[in-house]
Amino acid sequence: MTRRLRVVLGALAALLLGALLWEGYKAVGSDNGASLFGVRVLPRADDSAMPHVLDILKRFGQPELAGGDPIWLVVLDACLFTLRSVAVGFGVGALIGLLLAIVMQRFRVVERGLLPYVILSQTVPLIALAPVIAGWGGKLSLGSYPWQPWMSVATIAAYLAFFPVAVGMLRGLHSPAAIAEELMHSYAAGWWRTLVKLRLPASTPYLFPALRLAGAAAVVGAVVGEISTGTRGGIGRLVIEYSREATGDPAKVYTAMIGAALLGLAVAALVGAAEFLLNRRRRVLV
Amino acid sequence: MTAVALSGVGKVFNAGRADQVVALTGVDLTVDSGQFVSLIGPSGCGKSTLLRLVADLIQPTSGTLTVAGKPARKARLDQEYGIAFQQAGLFEWRTVLRNVELPLELRGTGRRERKRRAEEMLELVGLADFTGHYPAQLSGGMQQRVAIARALAVHPLLLLMDEPFGALDEMTRERLQDELLRICAQTGTSTIFVTHSIPEAVYLSDRVVVMSPRPGRITDVIEIDLGPRSEATRQSAGFFAGITKVRRALRGTPAPTSSSPSASSSASAEVTAS
Repeated sequence: MTRRLRVVLGALAALLLGALLWEGYKAVGSDNGASLFGVRVLPRADDSAMPHVLDILKRFGQPELAGGDPIWLVVLDACLFTLRSVAVGFGVGALIGLLLAIVMQRFRVVERGLLPYVILSQTVPLIALAPVIAGWGGKLSLGSYPWQPWMSVATIAAYLAFFPVAVGMLRGLHSPAAIAEELMHSYAAGWWRTLVKLRLPASTPYLFPALRLAGAAAVVGAVVGEISTGTRGGIGRLVIEYSREATGDPAKVYTAMIGAALLGLAVAALVGAAEFLLNRRRRVLV
Repeated sequence: MTAVALSGVGKVFNAGRADQVVALTGVDLTVDSGQFVSLIGPSGCGKSTLLRLVADLIQPTSGTLTVAGKPARKARLDQEYGIAFQQAGLFEWRTVLRNVELPLELRGTGRRERKRRAEEMLELVGLADFTGHYPAQLSGGMQQRVAIARALAVHPLLLLMDEPFGALDEMTRERLQDELLRICAQTGTSTIFVTHSIPEAVYLSDRVVVMSPRPGRITDVIEIDLGPRSEATRQSAGFFAGITKVRRALRGTPAPTSSSPSASSSASAEVTAS
């Protein structure tokens, strides 16, 4: 209990420290920032570039446009919209990553042939890829169900999410000691049963860190995907829209950015909860 | 009945390549049912290779090998043997009980029968109170006992052990030796036991198979007849006579090639070390 209290207090202290640093810099920093050889090294500290923390928080309670819903509701709606793309992208990406890892572990040839391309896939700039995916998506339909823009976004999220899972799980599947593999061989266990009884359980310590990375990557992928495909309704779109109003309403864009950050935290928390549940189930199982 | 029969068995690794190694050559060995046979010799004499051949973890390049009257592969598929290595090799995500259940699970034994058999085996190795523990919570000696219980869980005809006590301290080692003998006597299991230690081989075995390296082969088989073992056995004249015999056999290895002096001196160094 005291440990949990300490974690909560620590998190609050970190938030407070962040706010203090922000306000502290605003108090001492120059309104024009600081330049070194013509390159600005410190940001401008005026109210239009760095609104007061309190102003940002207050902005959450005020309507988005005159007479509209309060911003917090709009941001929440946008986050939930994006969460669908993140969740689907994360799920599909993790599944593809897992299958790739299994195939690569099973066939050395595949590992040698495929792994460079898996790594290469992550060096392709997302901005270049997003319109292509959106373009392909427009020509697809799932049975009678037409392709939705959010599905393109989910595809981009999956494209980023599969990578850490594929690499992490490949290591995890290779992790059992040689004698454990020989033991399974001596039990006349084939590839499938060795996978289920030995390799998969042995790789859980590698799985969850990989899933955390995948969760973060899926959020980034969805936000960037929304921006570069011009998908409406999500938090990525909101960041772009609000940043256009930054001169007149500087606090507004920060509300969207905080929303995006909270979305990432929520996804990380979900992965953490899954890990906690699995570990507890293991402890209980006899 | 014969538990294991090898005739003219040889094993060459990387045959035909520059790094070719003749690990074993011309091995003839029979292990009768219920017999305890130790394989002893310096590093590189092929004793572990021989054990792995019997376990069908690797296949011989020449000769014939039968386990329980069947080809080694068939015997492995039928789980005719249980195996234990120097490291316990327990699955850390499984409790002690579920580790012992593993071979039964893979055999398709029913849940209740599995639990009963695993509990019986853990009782046998004196770990009945630790069924719900995880391997990380046990000492090295206890983990090794779990590994032995796991090897015995399928009631194998044959127990294969590759230096199972090598990493344990002397006290634990002697206690486990006595337990192993008791278990083998109770279950009627035949055992092939690889070791570096001369006293261990003499104390445990009905026959000590002495091996020599380059190329790996059997140079001598020494019959040990000490009757039922007890604490007094370790002090008896017969025990020391057996040790001397095995030591002589290990030293007196005739040289196979002209480069032998180094080979035999490394063999005797190994012996004095153990």
